[in-house]
Amino acid sequence: MTEAQIKETIFKVLGRIAPEAQLDKLALNDNLRETLDIDSFDYLQFLIGLNEELGVEIPEADYGQLTTLADLIRYLSARVR
Amino acid sequence: MKAKGSTVNWKPIKKFPNTWTVKPNLLDYDKTYATFSWEEVRRELDGLPGGKGLNIAHEAIDRHATGPRRDHLAIRWLSREGSVLDFTYGDLREQSNRFANVLRGLGVGKGDRVFVLAGRIPSLYIAALGSLKNTSVFCPLFSAFGPEPVFQRLSRGDAKVLVTTERLYRQKVADMRERLPQLQHVLLVDIDEDIDPGTWSLPKRLKEAATEFTIPPTDPEDMALLHFTSGTTGMPKGAIHVHEAVLTHYVTGKYVLDFHPEDIFWCTADPGWVTGTSYGIIAPLVHGITNLIDEADFDATRWYRILEEQRVTVWYTAPTAIRRLMRLEIEPRRQYDLSHLRLIHSVGEPLNPEAVVWGEQVLGLPIHDNWWQTETGGIMIANFPSMEIRPGSMGRPLPGIEAAIVRRVNEDKDEVEVVKEPNVEGELALKPGWPSMFRGYLHEEKRYQKCFVGGWYLTGDLARRDEDGYFWFVGRADDIIKTSGHMVGPFEVESVLMEHPAVAEAAVIGKPEPLIGELVKAFVSLKPGIEPSEKLRLELLGFARSRLGSAVAPKEIEFQANLPRTRSGKIMRRLLKARELGLPEGDISALETSE
Repeated sequence: MTEAQIKETIFKVLGRIAPEAQLDKLALNDNLRETLDIDSFDYLQFLIGLNEELGVEIPEADYGQLTTLADLIRYLSARVR
Repeated sequence: MKAKGSTVNWKPIKKFPNTWTVKPNLLDYDKTYATFSWEEVRRELDGLPGGKGLNIAHEAIDRHATGPRRDHLAIRWLSREGSVLDFTYGDLREQSNRFANVLRGLGVGKGDRVFVLAGRIPSLYIAALGSLKNTSVFCPLFSAFGPEPVFQRLSRGDAKVLVTTERLYRQKVADMRERLPQLQHVLLVDIDEDIDPGTWSLPKRLKEAATEFTIPPTDPEDMALLHFTSGTTGMPKGAIHVHEAVLTHYVTGKYVLDFHPEDIFWCTADPGWVTGTSYGIIAPLVHGITNLIDEADFDATRWYRILEEQRVTVWYTAPTAIRRLMRLEIEPRRQYDLSHLRLIHSVGEPLNPEAVVWGEQVLGLPIHDNWWQTETGGIMIANFPSMEIRPGSMGRPLPGIEAAIVRRVNEDKDEVEVVKEPNVEGELALKPGWPSMFRGYLHEEKRYQKCFVGGWYLTGDLARRDEDGYFWFVGRADDIIKTSGHMVGPFEVESVLMEHPAVAEAAVIGKPEPLIGELVKAFVSLKPGIEPSEKLRLELLGFARSRLGSAVAPKEIEFQANLPRTRSGKIMRRLLKARELGLPEGDISALETSE
């Protein structure tokens, strides 16, 4: 899976949680939760959604290192088949 | 009616305080409860010099800053990115003096409301303490509120000053500034130059302000804090607290949180909610201890690292966070040194017995649940460190607090009856008169009076009391939703949904959710000719989120053609909830129609 495809999947899942978000304006290094007003519960749902879409297990212990789009793409690229 | 559920499955957790290195401040609950007096508590505080009254900020800062604890660490702030900022009591005194002088210079004085809309940044704490010094009223707003809840609160609270960041100001306030004529001064914490008259740079003003400030005479009954809380039927109401509340902050810090002079305390609550103010700012400072503040949101590994590296001794957190930690597939005591930790407390919603016991098994310490609400201003019922824990119970009343289970005898006659027999469900009630009891809902005297019936303050929570005086939470008596430890009023959410052109009606309930207690769920009926679709559902979700913010907006939206109503036309949220849970629908004789 390419990085572009991973990004597309991330946006798809985000779109279900924060449909109002202007994702095209999101910068790679923006803090996702702060920029898109995603609370702790929403973020958990987001990561569970990514797991369902991509089949990548994201343990709770790793949540803290996944704060930006860049973090997520890097993390998922290394693990997705 | 006998309450359901049983306590026999969970063994009480015994305590042996006489074997502990640090002796709890409260060793004998029954004796302390019997001999307690608020007058004696008052004598443990200083009062303003020259007998000029009682001011929370003097008790929290100045009395330490002018004594031997001047150089003791008061606040250690951890930034999201990993930097650390330390404030001694002496530093806090100077900073809060500067802020009080800024207010004075702007013509802001006694009783004027100073709102703060910000994440957990140092300016928030300085502003809170400086406002109290100036005898102005500190009103915190949760930074994840959307523009609508922010507007409602600024407007209803007569905000004269707002302290916030440039980003939050532009996102949530700037567009409605014209609708807030009373809002004279916006102080932005992160700009160097003023934007326009009325939108000032706070750093610039702080730099120019004098470092000395004498707290004016403060009557213990002067308004100090305004905390907005949700109602079932109307918009949020501002609960008024006075400077005398500091007696409760102090005594709960002493007996419940069990503060000792060298403690490092971490309250994970945000000051946008009452816990984050009473215990995230005031109580630890009144005790002269070190108060740890983390700017970042919940992150399991970060939290364990903080507990270890900062050598936290007393930790006050919430069920939502504890349940998240329980998801972690690690043995924390193998990876982290938690040996400094002495006590763990929890508040926000009832802590399930599994979590209490998980604490004991996995962290090596049981978790002490306690109960209180915005209106009570401080902890009222608690599991005290020296007292046996009954997992699932909120504990016993604080010394100085009389709690009871009551039932309404006659709605018209304004009477209640105290339920004497144990283990019977009823409404949790408190005898009025404790120092941090709310003194009113701002501009809403009728709503305030309605809380008091037959000489009791009725909390709106249903509970039962066992034969030994432990209280057990049962549920809410009204439709208010408890989510992630804070309250959401269904009316506020319904009002916003109904502003959408496709929506005919909306009904909002709390749907039980294992991690956050309840989640906000909306049932929506559409106007004639409009068909439900996934696209419209997402549009409504986005619409609600952009107006209400993630803290208040629904997490789930379901279309339903006809919402159930009573004969008088009121939507029956309780019936929707019963259906959601698959429970019997109960008495539906008042029901008009549904599908």
